[in-house]
Amino acid sequence: MEYLDSGGSSNARQQHYSLICCCRCGLHIEPNPTNMCVNCLRSDVDITDGIPKTSALSFCRGCERYLQPPNQWVKATLESRELLSVCLKKLKGLNKVKLVDAGFVWTEPHSMRIKVKLTVQKEVMNGAVLEQTFVVEFVVQSHMCDECHRVEAKDFWRAAVQVRQKCDHKKTFFYLEQLILKHRAHRSTVNIKPMADGLDFFFTKQDDAKKMVEFLSAYVPCRFVTGRELISHDIRSNKFNYKHTFSVEIVPICKDHIVCLPQKTAQQMGSISQLCIVTRVTQTIHVIDPCTLQWAEMSGAQYWRQPFLALVSPKHLIEYMVMDVELVSERDKPHRPRMSTKHGLADVYVARMSDLGINDQQFHCRTHLGYLLKTGDTVLGFDFTNANLNHAHFDRLKTDKVPDVMLVKKVFDRSKRMRRRKWRLERFDGADDLDTESVTRDYNDFLDDLEEDQAIRENVNIYKDPAKVLVEEDTDDEGAPQISLQEMLEDLHISEDATGGEGAPMME
Amino acid sequence: MAIRAQFEGNNEIGVFSKLTNNYCLVAIGGSENFYSVFEGELGDSVPVVHASIAGCRVIGRMCVGNRHGLLVPNTTTDQELQHIRNALPDSVKIYRAEEKLSALGNVIACNDYVALVHPDLDRETEDLLVDTLNVEVFRHTVANNVLVGSYAVFSNQGGMVPPKTSVEDLDELSSLLQVPLVAGTVNRGSDVLAAGMVVNDWMAVCGHDTTSTEVSVLESVFKLSDHEPSQIQTQMRDSLVDTLS
Repeated sequence: MEYLDSGGSSNARQQHYSLICCCRCGLHIEPNPTNMCVNCLRSDVDITDGIPKTSALSFCRGCERYLQPPNQWVKATLESRELLSVCLKKLKGLNKVKLVDAGFVWTEPHSMRIKVKLTVQKEVMNGAVLEQTFVVEFVVQSHMCDECHRVEAKDFWRAAVQVRQKCDHKKTFFYLEQLILKHRAHRSTVNIKPMADGLDFFFTKQDDAKKMVEFLSAYVPCRFVTGRELISHDIRSNKFNYKHTFSVEIVPICKDHIVCLPQKTAQQMGSISQLCIVTRVTQTIHVIDPCTLQWAEMSGAQYWRQPFLALVSPKHLIEYMVMDVELVSERDKPHRPRMSTKHGLADVYVARMSDLGINDQQFHCRTHLGYLLKTGDTVLGFDFTNANLNHAHFDRLKTDKVPDVMLVKKVFDRSKRMRRRKWRLERFDGADDLDTESVTRDYNDFLDDLEEDQAIRENVNIYKDPAKVLVEEDTDDEGAPQISLQEMLEDLHISEDATGGEGAPMME
Repeated sequence: MAIRAQFEGNNEIGVFSKLTNNYCLVAIGGSENFYSVFEGELGDSVPVVHASIAGCRVIGRMCVGNRHGLLVPNTTTDQELQHIRNALPDSVKIYRAEEKLSALGNVIACNDYVALVHPDLDRETEDLLVDTLNVEVFRHTVANNVLVGSYAVFSNQGGMVPPKTSVEDLDELSSLLQVPLVAGTVNRGSDVLAAGMVVNDWMAVCGHDTTSTEVSVLESVFKLSDHEPSQIQTQMRDSLVDTLS
């Protein structure tokens, strides 16, 4: 506690007064308006009289917020301005004094005590202004906020979208994640949970969930069923309280799968051969017949009319060494209604990687990878000669229509590609944990796919990786596809119209 | 010695009484207690007189006087003047002052030899002071305050000024008045000294709120204690000498 100059006596300050005796204790003091020493005055008046020295703060452990009376919850870290304002609002009687300074006194965070040091001024008798510093202790009490209460009561979501794909990898979901991020479709979600075969999205409103389902059906071939669970109802007013669930199933067909189309489907799609390779899955499934370069696309509706499973997934492919490549001349090409010009039909002689040095067995096959392959390249393919496939449509296929080997994709050096990768993708908050080796592999496969296919890339925001852009490019590239710098974004979001001009232009 | 008193619950003793070496005036009150305090202390040596001036009880602020005389404002009625004249000793000259600053007690502080007056006091009143009270007159302020009669109080032995008086002022005043001066308070920190106490050469009466510290200060500066100087008095004196030198 100390005296302050109470205006008007600024010139008197320079004057030099004789000491007087404090009228209570006789101490020699400088004259002041009360003519009392500080100690006597303190025993006489306490300007902090109306202010409580202890108080309580309500703190929600679930969301780590403090209650700002009457019913607002604010996020505040320890010793922050926000917390100080919450503390000061809890103090009654501060309006009767002039608050000069407030600050925190350090306390152990686990003590659940917050100490605030306040300096206040007030005018006491004869116009003397007293200043006093004191500490108010707040006890932090645990108090669950309404939102957390609802979460605890499992009452916080009204609608859920369960997205599932019966598939042995997660690449589709990495793609979905990028789509959702690009279109900010996850704004209204309250929670996103990874499940065994997919993702669960939770919403507070049924409409938001519907929007998400519509979004998904626009971008991937899928179908959905809805379900609802009765939470409570009121017979008198005929009100029913439901939780809605949308179960979205994505087609279990992915890029680089070998499929055996049902005969009827194949006929409808321009009499394409039943054995095809899936080149891409966007809104539609794109398939190509490697022996004729005929391609076709299948919408989700078309797929679900007669669903089928993949014949071979990329896991079952084995490596072959290319022994000889011979592009089929224009004359000798079979004539089909829709033929891909991007691919080159070639006669290829390949040998199994595992056979090299053991025997000289070579296989002949026709492939759509003619432009990519050179003698000596490694390529992934499926060996039909040794395959034991249980597939209803495949079993009905005549054996002369089944090739010995079907080549699916060229193999590039994985570590070199990763080193040269100068870009990165945005991820969901908390989804950065590529926890297992298989998930990491799937993610890298997905990144490879992005480099290989521009059509998929168009739906994804690709950012320059500032950590990698400066790395010197090594010159001996083996022609592995890369993403040009023009396609990468600085860390700003340019939202393009991704719905327009998808699959069509790159396949003609 | 200094005694404490109250006038009808009020601590401003100097407002309701006037004490000199030769006589004492007290206001007419509902209770005789206040009168008895003076009567009991002064006994037979000095007449204690009930009086009113211009119908008011605030006589201490209205009149000014010492051993030689008494000046009352011109608002004093003839009857009151006659009563006072009858009660006071014959040696005391009593005059009415034609002064526009009619609360004479507030604008004039005096002992038997010198008087401090308000700087704006009339020349005629000053002459009257010299004639009636036999004093040397100084126009001066105390602690930048023109109401010297309210704020300063002094007897032939010593004097007190408000705490806000600067050391230079204190030196000048004490050389003018030729008595030791000290800055002090009465009535628990009040700096309106003359309103809070009355003093003559051997006794002082102060308000009931006056603390013992204040009493000891005023006893030592007005030299009221009968016995030899105590420890605190010598200390006080030392600090006094310090401030004066």
